[in-house]
Amino acid sequence: MTLTKAKIAETIQDQIGLPMEKSVELLETLLEIMKKSLEEGDDVLISGFGKFCVKQKSERKGRNPATGDDLILPPRKIVSFKCSSVLRNRIDKQ
Amino acid sequence: MNKSELITALSQKETLTEKQAADIVNLIFKGFVKTLKTDGRIEIRGFGSFTIRNYSPYTGRNPKTGVKTEVKEKRLPFFKVGKELKNWVNRK
Repeated sequence: MTLTKAKIAETIQDQIGLPMEKSVELLETLLEIMKKSLEEGDDVLISGFGKFCVKQKSERKGRNPATGDDLILPPRKIVSFKCSSVLRNRIDKQ
Repeated sequence: MNKSELITALSQKETLTEKQAADIVNLIFKGFVKTLKTDGRIEIRGFGSFTIRNYSPYTGRNPKTGVKTEVKEKRLPFFKVGKELKNWVNRK
């Protein structure tokens, strides 16, 4: 079973008692805030869940897997997730 | 940005009380934990997806002392960043 935006919005509708449209809007706003923070390079920390970190990767040599051509991959940023010890224990110890 | 800052930002953008915003944020992350606990997948378009990965036991080394140590099998959540977010962090 996959948890999707639609299902999360349904849960907000049922548990908080908001209309579906408003629930969808709230969820989108929340995701937007998190994405904007990461875009600014500011990590998002959710206690009891984990943190989303922006990491800087330096330039490196790569290869086009299709053609085998050498190329230089430019420096870039990536988002990584580190799960909190609380979440880790809840998932691992069953 | 931590959770309480996220709650404040949400309450301001959506004209909710802090309490309402906190309830919503907590509800969402509680749902995430529940899904991951039951081996479920989470897929948030534009943001990313979570899956559970099972790791087999292996012999590792304490990086500080170099002493060999047995690492037990483990289950950990794995986050794969979505296309949109991946592009967003590289826009500037």
